[in-house]
Amino acid sequence: MNLESFILGVIASSLRVSTPLIYGTLGELFCERSGVLNLGIEGTMFMGAFSGFAIAYFTGSPELGILGALLIGALSGLLMGFFAVKLGVNQHVSGLGITLLLTGLSLFLSRVVFPEFRVLPSIENMPPWNPLAGIPWLGQIFEQYWLTYALILILPFSWWLLYRTNFGLKIRAVGENPEAADGAGVNVYQTRYFALAIGGGLMAVGGAFLSVAQLGAFSPGIIAGRGWVCIALIIFANWRPLGVLWGGLLFGGVFALGLRLQTMGMKLPYETFLALPYIVTIIALAFAGRKVTGPAAVLKPYKRE
Amino acid sequence: MKFRFRIERTPSPLWMIALLPVIAVVITFVISMLILQIVKANPFEAFYYILISPLSTRTSALEVLVKATPLILTSSAVTLAFASGYWNIGAEGQFFAGAITAAFLGTQVGAMPSYIAIPLMFMGAFLAGMIWAFIPAWLKVKMNVDEVVTTLLMNYVILFFLSFLLNGPWRDPVSGWPQSPAIADSAVLPKLLERSRLHLGFIVAIMAVILVWFILSKTALGLQMRAVGKGKDAARFMGVNIGRTLFLTALISGGIAGLAGVTEVAGIHFHITDAISDGFGYTGIIGATLGNLNPWGAGLAAIFLGLIATGAQSVSRSMDLPVFLGNVVQAILLLVTLSIILLRNYSIKKVT
Amino acid sequence: MVVIQMRGISKRFGSVLANDKVDFELIKGEVHALLGENGAGKTTLMRILYGLYQEDDGEILINGISSQINSPKDAILKGVGMVSQHFTLVSPLTVAENIVLGFNPGIRLNPLDIEEKVKKASDRFGVVVNPSALVRHLSVGERQRVEILKALYRNINVLILDEPTAVLVPQEVDTLFESLERLRREGLSIIFISHKLNEVMTISDRITVLRDGRCIGTVLKQDSSEAELARMMVGRETYGVTRPDEECTGKPVLRIKNISAFGSKGLVALKDISLTVCENEILGLAGVSGNGQSELAKVLSGLLKPTNGQVLLGETEISRKNPAEITSLGVGRIPEDRQEGLVGELTVEENLALERLGEFTRNGTVNWKKVRGNAVELISQYQIKANPTDATRKLSGGNMQKLILARALSKKPKLVIAAQPTRGLDVGATEYVRNRLLEEKNNGAAVLLISEDLEEILSLSDRIAVMFEGRIAGILDAKNATEELLGLLMSGAKEMINEV
Repeated sequence: MNLESFILGVIASSLRVSTPLIYGTLGELFCERSGVLNLGIEGTMFMGAFSGFAIAYFTGSPELGILGALLIGALSGLLMGFFAVKLGVNQHVSGLGITLLLTGLSLFLSRVVFPEFRVLPSIENMPPWNPLAGIPWLGQIFEQYWLTYALILILPFSWWLLYRTNFGLKIRAVGENPEAADGAGVNVYQTRYFALAIGGGLMAVGGAFLSVAQLGAFSPGIIAGRGWVCIALIIFANWRPLGVLWGGLLFGGVFALGLRLQTMGMKLPYETFLALPYIVTIIALAFAGRKVTGPAAVLKPYKRE
Repeated sequence: MKFRFRIERTPSPLWMIALLPVIAVVITFVISMLILQIVKANPFEAFYYILISPLSTRTSALEVLVKATPLILTSSAVTLAFASGYWNIGAEGQFFAGAITAAFLGTQVGAMPSYIAIPLMFMGAFLAGMIWAFIPAWLKVKMNVDEVVTTLLMNYVILFFLSFLLNGPWRDPVSGWPQSPAIADSAVLPKLLERSRLHLGFIVAIMAVILVWFILSKTALGLQMRAVGKGKDAARFMGVNIGRTLFLTALISGGIAGLAGVTEVAGIHFHITDAISDGFGYTGIIGATLGNLNPWGAGLAAIFLGLIATGAQSVSRSMDLPVFLGNVVQAILLLVTLSIILLRNYSIKKVT
Repeated sequence: MVVIQMRGISKRFGSVLANDKVDFELIKGEVHALLGENGAGKTTLMRILYGLYQEDDGEILINGISSQINSPKDAILKGVGMVSQHFTLVSPLTVAENIVLGFNPGIRLNPLDIEEKVKKASDRFGVVVNPSALVRHLSVGERQRVEILKALYRNINVLILDEPTAVLVPQEVDTLFESLERLRREGLSIIFISHKLNEVMTISDRITVLRDGRCIGTVLKQDSSEAELARMMVGRETYGVTRPDEECTGKPVLRIKNISAFGSKGLVALKDISLTVCENEILGLAGVSGNGQSELAKVLSGLLKPTNGQVLLGETEISRKNPAEITSLGVGRIPEDRQEGLVGELTVEENLALERLGEFTRNGTVNWKKVRGNAVELISQYQIKANPTDATRKLSGGNMQKLILARALSKKPKLVIAAQPTRGLDVGATEYVRNRLLEEKNNGAAVLLISEDLEEILSLSDRIAVMFEGRIAGILDAKNATEELLGLLMSGAKEMINEV
C-alpha cells in the first residue's frame, strides 16, 4: 500500500469513526450547556444502538431504525431530566444509574426480542453513499453513510439553534446563571428538559449509526466507552459546536490511524492502538482541564427559593 | 378518630428513615413488574426466583455470599471515596489491576507456601489498585481535572492492556484460548466450607468493610475525609489539607477495589480472562449509594446485590428470562434509592 | 403627581419586624433617596415594591390604583424595575443578549438586530453600553449600566437602585449620577437606597430616613443637611468631635501594615489598611457590610492572600500562612458565616476537635475519649445546649456560635478575630458571646471585633476603627465615640472628623 492510499484510507476511515463521537458529543453539548451533566450518555448510545438495530431488523427500514433511536434517545434525556431537574439529585450518580439501566435493559431486551439467536443476526448495512465517486484518487474519501453527511447540516444547525435563536439564548443563560434567567422570565426547568431531550436524541442516533449503518449488527461491546470519550471531548471542544467537530475528527483520526497502522503489521501490539485514543484523551484533559471551565451551572440543580 | 396529615420540610424521624430502604425495594419491584409484564412473564414467579429461591438451599445461599464477595469490596472502596466527595468511578479498572497482578503473582509463587503466597497476592493487588488510581488522583489534585472522566477512561485502558496480555504473552499455551495460565496451587484461596465455592476472599471482604469503617470513624484521616466530603469550605477554614485528603482517599479506595480482583482470580476462576467481571466496579457504586455512605450499609447492600445477581441466574435457568434482568433490577434499585433519599428531608406530621 | 404610594407597610421575618407601618411616596420625575443604616429596612421595603416579598400589612398604589405585586415579572409589567447589589447578568453572553433575554419576540435571535435595538435604547436613555461586548470583560460600573439598561428596556418608569455606589470607584459614581440626571429628565422616577450621606445629599430631591424599620421622616434636600440626616438616622444629637487615637497603649499583638487585597468580584476590597491591636484590648472594627471587613477577616484567617503589605502576629509574618498554621500560632477565629466554620453533618465533638486534630491524634488514630472529654468540658464551660454526639446542623444558631466560640477560645489564644459574632443570635446568646469576649480581653488577649452592630461596638470596644470603602476612615478611643459620630464615619462623611 503506498503512502497516498494509506493517507486517503485513514481520512475516509476517520470520518466514519468520528461520526458517532460527534453525534454523542453534540448531544452532551446540549445537555451541559443547559447546566446538566448527563452521564447517561453511554447507556443512551447503547440503547440507541440496540433500538435502532431492532427496529431496522423488524421493519426492514434502516431509516425507521434511526428515527426510532432518536425518539427513544429523547425519552432517555427526559428521564435524566426527571432526576436532575425535577428531583435535583446528584447528577453523577443518577447519570451512571441511567447508563446502567439502559445498558442492562438493552442487553435484556436483546435476548428477549431475539431469543433464537445466540449471536445476533446481521442486517444489511446501510449502503454508503458517494456523490463524488467519480473523482479519481480523492473520491474514496467521500464514500460515507448519509448520517455522516447529515452532520454537514446538523452541526451548523446546532450552532444556529444555540446562538441565533431565542431558545438557544435561553439554554445558554440557564446553563450559566439560572437565577438570572429565572429573574428575566425564562422557565429554567422547561428549557433544561428540552435541551436534554434534544441531547438524548442525538446521542442515541450516534449509537444507532454504529449498529444500523456501519456494522449492520449489534453486540454488547458495540459502544465500548465511546460515551465517556464524548464526555471528555466536550471539554476539548470548549463546549462549542465547532469544537465538537474538531475534537471528534481529531479523536476519530487518531483511532483510525491506529487501526490502519495495526493492519500494516506495526510492531506494537494491536491493543496499543485501541487504547491510544483513551490515553490521548486523558493526557489532553490534563492540559485542557486547567484553563477551561464549562457552563457555570453544571451539576447544580436549580430550585427557586 | 380522624387524623389529618401534613408534610413538612424538616428532617425525618428515625422510624421513617429506617423504612426508606424497604420502600425503595418495594418500588423497585413494582417497576420491574411492569417490565416483566411486557415480556409476559409472571412477575411473582420471577420475584420468587430472584429473592427467595437463592436462599432456599444451603448451596445457593452460600453462592450468594460468593457473588457478593467482590461486590462487598468494591462497595466499600467506593463508599470510602464518596465519603470524601471523590467520585471514583474507576473501581472497575482498579479491580482489573488487582486481578492482573493476582494472575501474575499467582503463577510465580509455586514454590512458596500458601501462607506467604496468598498475602503476597493481596498486597500486590492492593498496590496495583493504588497505582491504577494514581493518575486520575494526581490530575484531580494538581490540575483540578474532573476525576469522573479520568477514572472512567482508565477502566477502558486497562481492559486493553489485559487483552494484550491475554492475546500475547499470557495466552494459554495449552488451549490457545485468551486466558492466562492457571495459578499455582499455593495461590488458590482456600474454601471456607465444603460443598460451596465460598472462599477466603469473603473474609477479606469483611475485613475491608471493617477497614473502611475504621478509617472513617476512628482515624484522623477519616474525620478529615468526612469533613471534606460534607463541608469543603468549613474544612478548609479549619485547616484541613484538601488536596492531600483527596489524594489519599483515591489511593486507598483504589487499593481496596484491587483486592476484589484477587478474590475472583484466586478464589473462583484460577486464571484471568476478560470476562471475569460482571461490572463489579459499577455495581460497587450501586452498593455504596444504597448503603448511604455507611460501610456496614454498603456491605449489606452488596450482599443484597449479590442475592439479586444469584437470583438472576436462577430466573434465567428456570424461566428462560435473560440473566440481564439482574442488572436491570439493580439499576432500578439505584435510581429509586436516589429518589427516595430525598424523602429524608420531609416528615409527615399529624394535624389534630 | 404621585407615582408610587406605599401606605402602612409592615413586614416581619420571624422575630424581626423589618418594616413597621412605613409610609413612602414617590413623585414623578424625582430622585428620592431612602436612607438608613444596615438593618433599617430600606431594602426590605423596596423588595416588597418589586414583588420579591409580600407585605404583611399595608397597601401599594401605583398611579393611584391599588396594586398587588406578586413577583418581579409583575412589578416590571406595572412599570417598576430594580437593580440590586448582586447583578443578575450572564457573563459569557453579550450585553445585548443579556438585555433582551426573555424579552425578545419570535424564534430568531439576530445579533445585529438586537444590538441595534439595544443601541437605540442606550441612546434614548443616555446609558452608555457597548452592545456587542461580553459581560465578563466589563468593569463593575459598566455591568451596572447594563443592569440599568436591562430594566429600562422593559419600559419601566420607576427605577429602584439598591446601594448602587457600593461597588463603584469615584469616577464611576460621577458617571452614574450623570445618567440618573438624564433619566430623570426623561420622566423616570428614581428611588436610591443608600447609607452614604454625601451621595444622598448630592443626588436626591427628597430623602426618606428609616431607622429600625420605622419611617422617621421625609425631607427636601434643600431644607436639610448631613448633620440633620445623621441625627435622623441614629436618633440622637450629634455633638462635638474628637481626637483621632491610633496607637494602643499596651504591647501590640497584631500589626496590620499597608494591607491591600482583591475581593471576590475582582475589585480592590482593601486599600492600604493599617491597624494595631494590643493585648488586653478590644479593637472594634465598625462599618456597613461590604466595605471590606469580610476580606480583612479572610486575610487574617489565612483564606485570602493580600497583594501588598504585612500582617505581624507578635514578630511572625502571617499574611501568607494557611489556616492551620495561623491557628497553631495562637489565633482564635470566629468566622462571619457559621456555615463556613462548621461542618453541619459532623457531630459537635468532631467539629470541636477538627481545628486542632493533631492534639487528639496518636499514630493516626483519633483518641475519641479525649475528643469526648474535650467536648463535654467545653459544652459545660460554654453552656452549649447540645450533646457531643448531636449533628451540628441540628443546633440553634446561638448554640452553633457558642460552639465556634468554644473552639476558638479554649486554648487561650493571644489574638481573637471575631467577625459578626452575634449576627442572628437571640438576646441570651448575644449577651453570652459578648461577655466571653470581654473575659478574653481581660485575660490578656487582643481581640479584633468586626461588627455591623454599633451598639455592640460601643459597649465592648476600647478603641474603635471604622471601615469605609476599603479604607480605615478613622480610629478613635471608645470614650470619645458616639453612635452619631460612628454613623458619620461609616457613611463617609469624613469632614466631620477633620473639624477638630
